[in-house]
Parts: sequence; C-alpha cells; structure tokens
Amino acid sequence: MSLKSNLHSLKEKYKGTKMAPAFNALHTFLYTPNDTTHNGTHIKVADDLKRTMNTVILAMLPCLIFGMFNAGYQHNLAVGDIQAVTSGFFSSEFWTLDNFMIGFWKIIPLVIVSYGVGLGVEFLFAVIKNHEVEEGYLVTGMLVPLIVPIDIPLWMLAIAVIFGVVIGKEVFGGTGMNILNPALTIRAFLFFAYPTWMSGDKVWVEGAVQRTNDIAAGANLDAISGETILGSLAQGKEIAYSVSDMFLGFIPGSIGETSTLLIILGGLFLIFTKIGSWRIMLSSALGAIVMGLIFNQVVSAGIITESSKFYGLMSTPFWEHLIIGGFAFGVVFMATDPVTASQTNKGKWYYGFFIGFISILIRVFNPAYPEGVMLAILLMNVFAPTIDHYIIQGNIKQRLKRVKVKTA
Amino acid sequence: MSKDILIKKGLDIKLKGEAEKTLEKAILSNFYTLRPEDFHGLTPKLISKVGSIINAGDPVFYDKSNENIKFVSPVSGEVIEINRGEKRKILSVKIQADKTQTYKDYGSVNPDTANAEAIKARLLESGCWAFIKQRPYDVIANPNKSPKAIFISGYATAPLAADLDFTLKGKERELQAAVTALGKLTSGKVHVAIGKSSTSPFAGLSGITLHKVSGPHPSGNVGTLINKIDPVNKGEVVWTVNAQDLVIIGELLLTGKFNAERIVALVGSSIEKPRYFVAKLGCEVATIIYDKGIPQDANVRIISGNVLSGKHIKPDGYLDYYSNVITVIPEGDDYELFGWTKPVFNKVSTSRALTFSWLNPKKEYELDTNTNGEHRAFVTTGNYEEVFPLDIYPMQILKACMYKDLDEMEALGMYEVAPEDFALTEFICVSKQPHQDIIRKGLDLMLKEIGE
Repeated sequence: MSLKSNLHSLKEKYKGTKMAPAFNALHTFLYTPNDTTHNGTHIKVADDLKRTMNTVILAMLPCLIFGMFNAGYQHNLAVGDIQAVTSGFFSSEFWTLDNFMIGFWKIIPLVIVSYGVGLGVEFLFAVIKNHEVEEGYLVTGMLVPLIVPIDIPLWMLAIAVIFGVVIGKEVFGGTGMNILNPALTIRAFLFFAYPTWMSGDKVWVEGAVQRTNDIAAGANLDAISGETILGSLAQGKEIAYSVSDMFLGFIPGSIGETSTLLIILGGLFLIFTKIGSWRIMLSSALGAIVMGLIFNQVVSAGIITESSKFYGLMSTPFWEHLIIGGFAFGVVFMATDPVTASQTNKGKWYYGFFIGFISILIRVFNPAYPEGVMLAILLMNVFAPTIDHYIIQGNIKQRLKRVKVKTA
Repeated sequence: MSKDILIKKGLDIKLKGEAEKTLEKAILSNFYTLRPEDFHGLTPKLISKVGSIINAGDPVFYDKSNENIKFVSPVSGEVIEINRGEKRKILSVKIQADKTQTYKDYGSVNPDTANAEAIKARLLESGCWAFIKQRPYDVIANPNKSPKAIFISGYATAPLAADLDFTLKGKERELQAAVTALGKLTSGKVHVAIGKSSTSPFAGLSGITLHKVSGPHPSGNVGTLINKIDPVNKGEVVWTVNAQDLVIIGELLLTGKFNAERIVALVGSSIEKPRYFVAKLGCEVATIIYDKGIPQDANVRIISGNVLSGKHIKPDGYLDYYSNVITVIPEGDDYELFGWTKPVFNKVSTSRALTFSWLNPKKEYELDTNTNGEHRAFVTTGNYEEVFPLDIYPMQILKACMYKDLDEMEALGMYEVAPEDFALTEFICVSKQPHQDIIRKGLDLMLKEIGE
C-alpha cells in the first residue's frame, strides 16, 4: 500500500475521534485533502489558507536569512574580529559562513521554540474544542523570531508565545476571529513583562549580555554593546551608521527588521501575489511621512531646540523614519494581517495612514518605547472594526437615500 | 432609455468542453420527473395521483400558499410514482411519457390586446408562472404584488453557459409575445441585457429596454443588471425570467400549448463531444450524457446547470426546471501531495501565490470538484470585491447572514441579492466558505421572519 492510501485509512480510523484534528493537521500538511464540493460552486480556486500563509512565509525568508548573517556580523563586529562593511549590500565582510553560523545556531532555536510552543497550543485547543488546526500560526510562528532581540532567553519566548496564542487568538475563537495581531501581542507581552530584555544596549548583539555577566564575575574582557538607532536617537546620541547601512540592514535591531531593502522586496512580492494589501503598505508610509514632515517643520520653525529631549527623533529627516527601527517590517508583514486590519478597501487607507502617523508620534514622544510601530498597529487593530463600521454605514446610508429619492 | 453597462469587477473562468454549435434531438426520455425542490420554498399540494393519465400542460401540483400557482406536466402520460421523504414531503413526481404526445389546449391569447388580468390568469393556470421569479428572496413571484420592473438577461457569461444567441435563434415570435405579455404585468419597464457584440434575437424586439453589457462574468447575471439599472429597495419587488423560459411562455400564449422543449447544452471537460440538444425539462439526463458523452463508469460530477450554481445530480437524475446546461466535470476525490505549497499551473486562481493562471488568461482549464483545501473561517479580505460588481459589501453581508442579524442583513442589501450573485466569491474563497448556501439560508430566514 502506498503512503497515500495508508494515510487515507488512518484518517478514516481517526474520523470522529478526539485525535482527528491533530491527525488531519499533519495529514493535510502532506496532502491536500480529497474533499469535494457539494452544492454551491462545483469548482474552487487553487488557493487555500495554507497557500496564502505559505506565501507570506516565503516573503519573510530573505529577512530571516539576512537576520542570521546580521546576528553574526554584529557580534563579530562588536568583539572586533571583523571590519565594518564597506562595499554595499554584497560586502564580503558580511556574507561569511562564520557570521551565518553564529546567527544560525542562535536563531534556529528561536524558530523551533516559536513554532513548537505555538503549534502545540494550537493543537491542544483544536483537540479540546474539536475544530481543525488553522493555519494562522504558520505566519505568526515565523514573525515572532524576526521581531525579538537576538539574545532573548528561550523560556521567555515560550511563555510569551503561550500568552499570545491563548489570549491573543484562541479565546476569541481562533484564526479569523482575533482582534489583535497575535505576533504583536506576543511581542508586547515580552516588552512589558521583560523590558530589560527588549530594550537597552545589550540585547541586540549576540553575546553582549553574557559578556556583561562574565565581566561582572571578574573576567578580563572588553564589554560589547550595540544600541538600536531608535534607542540612540531617543537618548540624543550620535548615530554611528550611514543611511546605506540602515537601508541595507547592517545595523543592530530585532532579528528580521533591519534590512529595509529585503522588507521592500518581500512587500513587493506580497503585493504581486495579491496576498498583502498595497493599500495598507502605501497609506502607512504616507502616514509616517506626513507625521515626520510635521515634526521636521516644528524643528525648523525653532519650536523645539537641541536642548529638548525630543530633539533627536524629531529632527530626524522624515524619510529616515521609514528605514530605521521596525517600521518597515511592521507595516509590510503585520499591519497587513487581513484578520486584524480594516476589512474594507476604503477602510484600509485610513487604517494604514493612522498606523504610520501614530508610529512616528509614539517614537518621538515616548523615548522609553522608541519602537512606535508595534503599539501603533495594536492600537489600530482595536480601531479597525470602528473604521469599517463607518465605511459600511456610508454604503447603508446610500441605500436608504435611494428610497428617499423615490418617495420624495 | 437604453444604457450600456460595462462591468469591470468579475472573472471569466475558462473551462474546457464548450458546446459546439450543432443541434441534436435528444433520444426521447421515457420518464420525466417534476421535483418540488426545484422551486425553492414551495410546499406542493398534489392534484394528480399515481395512475392519473395526464396531458402535457395538465397541472400536477399547486403551491399550498397560493393555489392559483400551478405546476404542470412537461409531457403527456401516466403518473407512475410519487416519491416521498421525511414527514411525507414530496420529493418527486415521476411521469411515464406516451409515445405520441397530447397537449392540453389552453387556447391562444393575443398579448397585444389581452389585459393584464387575463394574461396573469393564463400564466398561472398553465404552469408558466413557475418561470417568473422575484427579488427579494429569489423565489417564485407572488402574483398579488406588482413588480416595479422585470429583468431578463439574454447574455450568459457563466463558465460553459449555453450561448443564448444560438439557443434562442429563430424564436423571435415567441420572445416578443412573452415580453409583451410580461410588460403588461408591470408598471415599469422590461429590461433586457444582451452582449455588446452579440447577434441576440432580443435586439429587434419592441416593448423592451435593451442594455448592452460587456465585461467579465457576472456581467450577464440578471442580479448584476438589476443592481446597475434599478436596485431593489425595501418594499419593492422586481421579477426575473430566464431568457430560454420566455420561449415556453411565448409559445403557450400564441398556441395555447405548454411545450416544455428547450435547447440544452451538454458541456464540460469530461464530455467527449460537447454539443446542444433539444430536450424537455424534467427529462432523464442519461438519455443525453452517454452518447458521445461519458463512459458508463466514469468518476464524474454531473451538474444540472452551470459549474457555479448548478445542482449535483446522479446519472439517473433529471434536468431541472430552470437549467439549460448539463455540465459534466471530473470528480476530484483524490489527495494531492504538497498541493498547498507546490506551484500550480493547471488550476485557476485569482492570486499569484505560486499559482500561474495569470500567465495565460486565454487557456482553457480542466477543473475537478476538489475543494483544493479545507474549510476555514473568513481570513483574507479584499479579494471578493475584485470579482463582485454589485454595490454591496460581500463579506459583511455574508457574516450578517451567518450571525442572523436581520436588521443588518436588510441594511446591507439583502433584498437585492440572490445566491447566484455570490457564486464567484464562493469560487475564489480561500476559506472555502459556502457563500451561496449562506445567502440562501439568509434569504429564507428573512422571508420567514419579515415575510413578503
């Protein structure tokens, strides 16, 4: 008997039992099911939710791989083993096996914990509540390792993932029903529960925390550190990176968020495949630009001077905001989550615009949490249904007006 | 005032197995079946009994809620079986056809001179009323309510649809009689849609408002026409009639005979030689599908109607009352290794997520009945709108139907829609939700709670 028919008879055996959802999840991972249409349309498009989610993961893969190289690069750079990149995106200092292996061994455990714990919770809920395991976590599980600092302890990640999946998603009924983006719920949990592991100048470079502890224990080593650009700006420090470093991604930061170039490529891929909403991506960028311009005007009008603690971020040229921090990553991969975003096309414009606008606002005015995009997306997740409500009311009013015109 | 209508949102699904424009007489079927379920929401009351000898056009049952609405036999012969289901619900009435057909003579009516009451009475008694449907609710029209307009689509854009220009050719006289008669039943207009570059027999008719439509499916759906011309508001009623049924109505008025003959297209990728047949409604599909069609033991889906909205029938099933297409496509009851992740070249998709149907839009596909994935909650947004030309929010109205919020359903435009309007959104649904079924149940709920 072939694998196909073996699995088929196993499926029949598990049918109706508690284990059916768990088995089906694994089975459908290997084979698309033999389900046929009943009444209604007798044919269906080739796409299913797995394919949709898979496309998003494909779009993130370059960021993941770049993140592995960058983790090693930042470490080796900090300890002084290598020189900073000099020749653009394909600099030989960056793309070395040594860099990659450091990042690989650091990041793969994060990916495994993220998927293992997250899918474990999903399977558990599917079995208890007797529904199919849904694909939403495939994307969340890949997003999570990309939006945390490299040195985050695995147990923290595990706890955060459990919190995010249960509170962020399952209590609402699973994929498609949640209000907040689960990946950002996980990150927000980490951010507020373990702030020292989510900000500062130690967590962004592999080994920095360990090194600090070693020094405290009496080891004769040089301390290593790396501050994100947002962190430096919030504290009014000079930034040591060029614009091209920021755009190409040779900077410290959460694992997948640094390379704006690759994020843009991923975003274009999502737009081309019609999986991601170009409306949200474009309007978010517009929102950020508008807010950034306003702040730049405030600075050039002399209202805020160098003595102000807001000066650093407020005087940052508006376009630089788009390529520093997690803004690009959040907008492309998380603001566009169809479940938590605005669901009407018109609403997406407002939703995106406010994400961009509020991101920069939070960045500038809240130096303690310079990463504004996370909070901006979560905030707009909450407001998305309200935006949709008003858009749909417009349609309803038009319909009512049609009657009035007639009876008038 | 005629108006050209250009539909931009939509999707032409190109399938293999379009009917060649040749006409054959179907082998005469021995048995004909009337199924009350073809008439949605009908509770039938039998007139004939097992053993009744009837003419073609004799009533077999009537509508319990309005006994004037009669349903007549397509053939003369003997009622040999009345099939009942749970609670003695009538499932089907089977009639054995005579070798030589006799017709009940209702007498001719001149549609130009007859008054509305006479026409209405004739349509009701002769079984032709069943062809007139109404919106809201997409059910057989309530004869006590006058429609604000009547809509007819003479342009079929559904996948593998019968070409109405071909099937209605030479029927101008019957069509004219029917539209003239129907025109007297409404205070408004009779709107007819035809293809922009077509040679429709409707083009020369008088007493109608002609609209030339173009663009992808569902540009030819009557629901699209209504939405673009004169949408249904609360308290209003419009009627719709399938173009091919106008021929039966017209012939009845002109000759007094209920002639159930209709030109039916046999299509689909499983059919050896797709072509057109002359057949009577209610006939056994077996008489059509096996000759140069499909092998006896083929693993196929036989559909009375088109692939988007038709009914699944068995090989010993019957042509339903409203269909002019029989589609046969392969069943897709098989697994596919890594079907969710590998690049797809042989299936239709509206995305480009490693699906490549966008590369050659002219290609004709051989799709089967596999769902290509499992049923899920609504997740993706914005894709329905790309194929849904009505001024309605499709996902929101579907959700309103699912949580049964009558006020919201009404506000979002439930009076304007029929299940078939949601066929394309169902086809492209990544979550494989049964859109048409959701809308049908929503309409039924409204009909029950709010009523006509």
